[in-house]
Amino acid sequence: MLALDIRNLSKTYPNFQLKDVTFQLEKGYIMGFIGANGAGKTTTIKSMLNLIHTDSGEVRILGKNIAEHEIELKQEIGYAFGSIDFYTRSKIKTLTDVVKKFYANWDDEIYSYYLRRFKLDENKKIVELSTGMRVKYNLALALSHGPKLLILDEPTSGLDPIARDDLLDLFQSLVAEGEISILFSTHITSDLEKCADYITYIHNGRIINSAEKEEFIESYLLLNGSVSQLDPVKEQLISYKTNSFGFTGLIHAKDFDPSLNVKAARPTLEEIMIYFAKKEDMYV
Amino acid sequence: MNIAISNTSEKPIYQQLFEQISAQILKGELESGYSLPPIRQAAQELRVSVITVKKAWEELERCGLINTVTGKGCFVADFSPDDKLRIRNEMIMKQMVHDTSYYKSFGLTLEEVMELMKKIYEAPPDLP
Repeated sequence: MLALDIRNLSKTYPNFQLKDVTFQLEKGYIMGFIGANGAGKTTTIKSMLNLIHTDSGEVRILGKNIAEHEIELKQEIGYAFGSIDFYTRSKIKTLTDVVKKFYANWDDEIYSYYLRRFKLDENKKIVELSTGMRVKYNLALALSHGPKLLILDEPTSGLDPIARDDLLDLFQSLVAEGEISILFSTHITSDLEKCADYITYIHNGRIINSAEKEEFIESYLLLNGSVSQLDPVKEQLISYKTNSFGFTGLIHAKDFDPSLNVKAARPTLEEIMIYFAKKEDMYV
Repeated sequence: MNIAISNTSEKPIYQQLFEQISAQILKGELESGYSLPPIRQAAQELRVSVITVKKAWEELERCGLINTVTGKGCFVADFSPDDKLRIRNEMIMKQMVHDTSYYKSFGLTLEEVMELMKKIYEAPPDLP
């Protein structure tokens, strides 16, 4: 069963276009949604939740169309966009009392568990919380009504390494039963190299690749060679950099000819993103 | 079962899992009938993705090292010393095919490779 099924989403803004965004997430897995700032991550996430109206395309969550079953589905979705920045003069307690009324399955016990785990004090005002604590509070709200699908926009940004590690641990324990699925966007790709099952990469409003993590990484190679070795592969490279020591460039693994004897290594997600971003610079 | 994962290694993590577990099975450290932890539990404990573990387990099964019993889990297969030898040789040969293409890319003859291999077997040099 698919937790998330997104097909051909398109939306045109004066200066930005989401083009034919399509990807799927199977139930019980973690998907990392990566892309540079302004690539369209948040726009895609907002369209999934029917918060913005797209020009075309369809979003199905847990098998149902979000546009037709919005209220029902939102009981099953936990979502968090970064930190809380509304009602900042209120205490956590007060704000939670407002939020919980919207959820039929709100569970006070689970909520108190997360307050303890995230070391949040209910009597503090939102304005008194640090960025990291606001992110954690937002997550506590997203997790306390037994969601089947978590959609999290940059949940790890603003968190220190210890808190990020704890969060990734939490994500893995949530999917361990195979019932809950998680989509989270991030640009801290090291978080994904470990725990994500799938990677979806968006660049300039288009999905470049959406695949199982290992396949995703293995579909690219990072080449490293002397300047004289550059010419025969130049045409196939996604982009490259040269310096006095030679060149490094990213290539689709299927385009690589091993007989050329150029050193080829496994790239990191970060390197893949960097070389795709460089691609535009080269043609400008 | 002992597993040590290196995140800095060039080797994909599922490959590391496969190599370490298959070595322990072939050396007899994990006996036939030994029950492997469930995929999702192993993923959580090892802090790797579910699919990573799934791939490693699938590869072990494909090589005949473990069997999956639906609803019960994965168990180290029951094999004769002959089978063990055959599986071990298959794995070694797979690695050799890979290594050989590397030697060939430098134009080495079999004799030259044997000569170097002999040196390494007798006294592995300290290479950077």
